[in-house]
Amino acid sequence: MSGGTKLFMNFDITPTSHTLAEYKARGGYQALAKALKEMKPDQVTKEVLSSGLLGHGGAAFLAGRKWGVVKLNDGQPHYLCMNADEGEPGTFKDRWFLENTPHLLLESMLIGSYALQGRHSFIYIRGEFDLAYRRMAESLEEAYAAGLFGENIMGTDFSCDLVIYRGAGSYVCGEASAMLTSLEGKKGYPRNRPPRLTVAGLYQKPTVVNNVETLANVPYIVTHGAEGFRKVGTATSPGTQVISVSGHINTPGVYELEYGYPFADFLANECGGMLNGSELKCVVPGGISTKVLTREDIMPLAMDHNSFVAAGSQLGSQGMIVVAEGTCMVRLLQVMLRFYHHESCGQCTPCREGMGWLERISNRLVAGEGRPEDISRLYQISRANDGTTICGLGDAAGYATVGILDKYRHEFEYYIENKRSMYEGRLEVAGLGESARAIAASAVA
Amino acid sequence: MKHLIPEFEVWKKRYPAGFEGSLVIPCCRRIQEDRGYVADSDIAELAEYLSVPRIQVEEVLAFYTQFRRKPIGQWHVQLCHNVSCSMRGSEGLLVHLRNKLGVAPGQTTADGKFTLSTVECLASCGTAPMMMVNDTYYENLDAQKVDTLLAMLAEGAPS
Repeated sequence: MSGGTKLFMNFDITPTSHTLAEYKARGGYQALAKALKEMKPDQVTKEVLSSGLLGHGGAAFLAGRKWGVVKLNDGQPHYLCMNADEGEPGTFKDRWFLENTPHLLLESMLIGSYALQGRHSFIYIRGEFDLAYRRMAESLEEAYAAGLFGENIMGTDFSCDLVIYRGAGSYVCGEASAMLTSLEGKKGYPRNRPPRLTVAGLYQKPTVVNNVETLANVPYIVTHGAEGFRKVGTATSPGTQVISVSGHINTPGVYELEYGYPFADFLANECGGMLNGSELKCVVPGGISTKVLTREDIMPLAMDHNSFVAAGSQLGSQGMIVVAEGTCMVRLLQVMLRFYHHESCGQCTPCREGMGWLERISNRLVAGEGRPEDISRLYQISRANDGTTICGLGDAAGYATVGILDKYRHEFEYYIENKRSMYEGRLEVAGLGESARAIAASAVA
Repeated sequence: MKHLIPEFEVWKKRYPAGFEGSLVIPCCRRIQEDRGYVADSDIAELAEYLSVPRIQVEEVLAFYTQFRRKPIGQWHVQLCHNVSCSMRGSEGLLVHLRNKLGVAPGQTTADGKFTLSTVECLASCGTAPMMMVNDTYYENLDAQKVDTLLAMLAEGAPS
């Protein structure tokens, strides 16, 4: 099968495939039974650690190591929180899990809560995800009714309650500490570390926050063992990745790929090639906070962490945006910077002010009022921001900015000198959205 | 707000005891769903019910973009215009929506039926361009589909 082994996308999606009955028919909740009845909590953590499972939220941190920090016999409550606040532009893979395999996520939460000895656990879903929320909430009630949550699960002495918590519109709450502050019922300000969240997280107690897809791997690891998991993917990036891909391609969507799958094959096969016969210009590989890779950079790459880091970027949140030749990078950066300015929470001065400066400079460039020093200003603000704030939002805006400036500086110089875009300010490719553009033109006339 | 307290009491049971403050956001969501917005009286009553400072509720309402303290139109049309949607035609759709509804983002039509907003990424990039109307996603849009949808909504019936 194209893209290699599928750990998740290996069943047909039907109007009932998300239900408890069908999940069980596919073997669901057997991993939970194995974990609860045959394994000690710390054995589960050891298995996850030796599986080499890497976080799928963006940072690719070793999941088992995060779990291992929590001391099981410290007499404190421990919390597990699934991060489903998916909001990094270009990323929509977690939504696939939430809408299509809710019980896999609930089983993962149960196994994770058992490993961490958590009595209360949380799934934090972004507020706009209505269908995802309803699916998860309905599935949770199904699971409660089946005795899979609450007291003495599967006849053991393990008890666990779960809350599906719905956000209310905030990108920064996808940052783990902001998420916990939000879960405490407050505005979602990120927190300074130390202390780490695994030491003082939710309600100041040891807390693990994991991405949806990260946790979704846990039942497979429990069932097949660390060795079984390592048979999939590459030595340094074991397992699969669920990539969401959008932009100027024929078949945007969500695809599960074994790590190490060649990008060129991905573009030709899963993506269905470039839209309307256009040529590839560049790819924003892992959400807009990762550095852009040109055609030359990305075409030879295998899709695993080491290859993308060596090429100067990251797989990040696994949200790829494919950009065709003829797209104006000055306008693309403007759209990105509008996002960061909108989403800056305002807690730290360099980000609160810096995001506004970056956006206003990009607006002035696009208006044809750019000044020769604007390019160095964009660099300066990006670099001055890096590492000076509590969370990484401002840093990320800087990476996006520097990434585009490094590769497409000539487009910015052209725009400033000629007071117009090299590519007529286009973000769409020719042949697409013509009707919308015609409407836009008539409105101007 | 007070008629919602029985629902809130059920929710409380799944939270660790003593941390009812966590319910500020879910309760505000429920109040807004019920009333259409969160009124000043709701803030006072919720703060008292959850034993949290009133400022905590006020801050939450100000911080999260989905909350509002005033009524809006019957249909809240939120068009995404971030990277992937812009690359697939959302900028033209915004012009189309402005023309069609006769309002700018942030405004409500005179008949109170539609409020127009722009938003930054709803994690629906593979089906761009898209918009959210009240709680529902409408994806793979073009001008014609938007027209059909608006006509249906004006009649009062979503698809």
